[in-house]
Amino acid sequence: MTLLAPAPDTALAAEAPRPPSRAARRGPLRRPGVLLAGGVVGLVVLAALAPGLLAHQDPLEIDLAASFDAPSLQHPFGTDQSGRDVYSRVVHGAGQSLTIGLGATAIGLLGALALGLTGGLGGRFADVAVTRVIEVLYAFPGILLALILIAVYGNSALTQMVAVGVASMPGYARMVRGQVLSVKGSLYVEAARSLGHSPLRILLRTILPNTFRPLTVLITLGIGQAIVWAAALGFLGMGVQPPTAEWGAMLNAGRNYIQQAWWMDFFPGITIVLFTLSLTVIGRHLQRATDSGAAR
Amino acid sequence: MTVKTLDSAPDPTAVGAVPAATPGTAHGAAPEVIPPSGSLQPSPARWRALARRAAAQLGSAILLLWAVATIVFFLQHMVPGDPALAILGGASANPPQETVQAVREQYGFDQPILVQYVAFLGGLLHLDIGESYTMKESVLAVIGEQIVPTLQLTATALLIAWGIALALTLASAGRSGLVGRIGSAIEVVFAALPHFWLGVVLLVVFAVVLQWLPVVDGGPLGLILPSLTLGIPLGGFLAQVTRDEFDAALREPFVLSARSRGATLHDVRWRHVLRHAALPGIALSGWGLGSLISGAVVVEVIFSRQGIGQVLVSAVTAQDLPLVVGVTFVVALVYVVANLLTDLAYVAVDPRLRTSIGRAS
Repeated sequence: MTLLAPAPDTALAAEAPRPPSRAARRGPLRRPGVLLAGGVVGLVVLAALAPGLLAHQDPLEIDLAASFDAPSLQHPFGTDQSGRDVYSRVVHGAGQSLTIGLGATAIGLLGALALGLTGGLGGRFADVAVTRVIEVLYAFPGILLALILIAVYGNSALTQMVAVGVASMPGYARMVRGQVLSVKGSLYVEAARSLGHSPLRILLRTILPNTFRPLTVLITLGIGQAIVWAAALGFLGMGVQPPTAEWGAMLNAGRNYIQQAWWMDFFPGITIVLFTLSLTVIGRHLQRATDSGAAR
Repeated sequence: MTVKTLDSAPDPTAVGAVPAATPGTAHGAAPEVIPPSGSLQPSPARWRALARRAAAQLGSAILLLWAVATIVFFLQHMVPGDPALAILGGASANPPQETVQAVREQYGFDQPILVQYVAFLGGLLHLDIGESYTMKESVLAVIGEQIVPTLQLTATALLIAWGIALALTLASAGRSGLVGRIGSAIEVVFAALPHFWLGVVLLVVFAVVLQWLPVVDGGPLGLILPSLTLGIPLGGFLAQVTRDEFDAALREPFVLSARSRGATLHDVRWRHVLRHAALPGIALSGWGLGSLISGAVVVEVIFSRQGIGQVLVSAVTAQDLPLVVGVTFVVALVYVVANLLTDLAYVAVDPRLRTSIGRAS
């Protein structure tokens, strides 16, 4: 890997459309995996919008007599050190965790769009500059960039969201830039130009929509990634603080009791795993569907 | 567009300036068949080309490190509030004015920012990254003590990841039906496991319940669970990349030609196809090492392991910026070196590059 060489612009464009697979031709309803994933995502969204429907106990109600209760019928996910019901905390935490994930993805995308469009449309010099910026950002791997931002701006839920967003920016920016470049060189843009459309119209009506369409798959996966990163920061004690019901903060609280109350970390964790896994399954399904759509 | 999970990995197909193989010579012949023995030894012209390429990469690497240093320096100076107060324990500590002034002078905060910047860059050249606010010790000394366990952890994890990726690919890639689908499902699940959850589960199962392995870091046995935690997700990710490439390589004409020469299917998979399939994975390993270091932050906290991850977490929490900057810079350095090494490995695995580099210039 040549460290600083710009990614070949052909990377995205050159990939030949795959023949529609049998799996993709079947609708989503006939694929049990996709259906299951859709169910999980639906449940999490429902929990975020109306937690009261899924959990009847107060996520903040302290009952010291019931602290560290193992999972039982009354407390399906057990209780924490203050006797709070872990299940209702997971349900009530969905809203805040989802907000952080979506907010971070939006921030990452906005930054990436600014970078990617500048690089893709701003001419040679701008492109070199943008490519270099993306490479430099890549040298802060994973949540490292987020950690630096938290060190500088202090520990809060807002910093957590912005930090995760900025950390996800280089990945998106690279994709946007590649996509813009491949769309810009396509025949239909040339056709639009030869029809005499104004540059602004070409940008808004031709380039932007065609840049975005393939990115929807990435965004699906990116939301899951953002939630995992935010939870990792929460696990390290950064961001939303306990006793607020938020997945990362719950992981952080459970960390100190791993040996006596494994359920405090296990259940918020598996919720995150199932949710991100479902987003991955849906994203891959969408990808197959768009790929075969392109081939048709 | 292939989409994988696990961080925002660079597109594996977008790997650097690896020249696209010329049609006809590239996939048309099995790797060990093309170069007549002599041509593997680069001629003087090719040596020069290789040296130029290496020099260019070294130059870009240094530029990259300079950019990283600049960013972290200016970020450090965007902290709201007076850094001298932060060193003295925050505004609530209410230190006397003379003490604050003394600290300002000691750390050079009273100098213009550009002077501080030049001093910072000069310090980096002498491997002087400053002094930690909280530990009152040189940042370099702190990192020097802690980086070895982290590198051990990440290197072991990288080996595990490759072991998983190769095993999954060889066992199930390119096979139709149930085996292929199970292999592919395992990869997706592995790649989606967050470190904080996998680590806790492994810890509870193998250390607390079964008691096979120590709970807290203890000797070589204590390395098993942390490196598995780090390696499994990356393994799933690399396996996904390798599988895609493996499937594509299986459709190449050289497979048919090798088969028609009497090679067994097993032989073709191991000796011809795997070599093609491993390339994008190798190219991603430098990036993978970076993501492992980022993951090590979480893993070291779970297993209470020594390492720069733990140092970083406590430095971030205490807003000990020189230490944060130092760790970040060292991680970027490791990342850059790893990518240079990956590039060499790439040339070693792909003999087409050795010739094409010479030809291109």
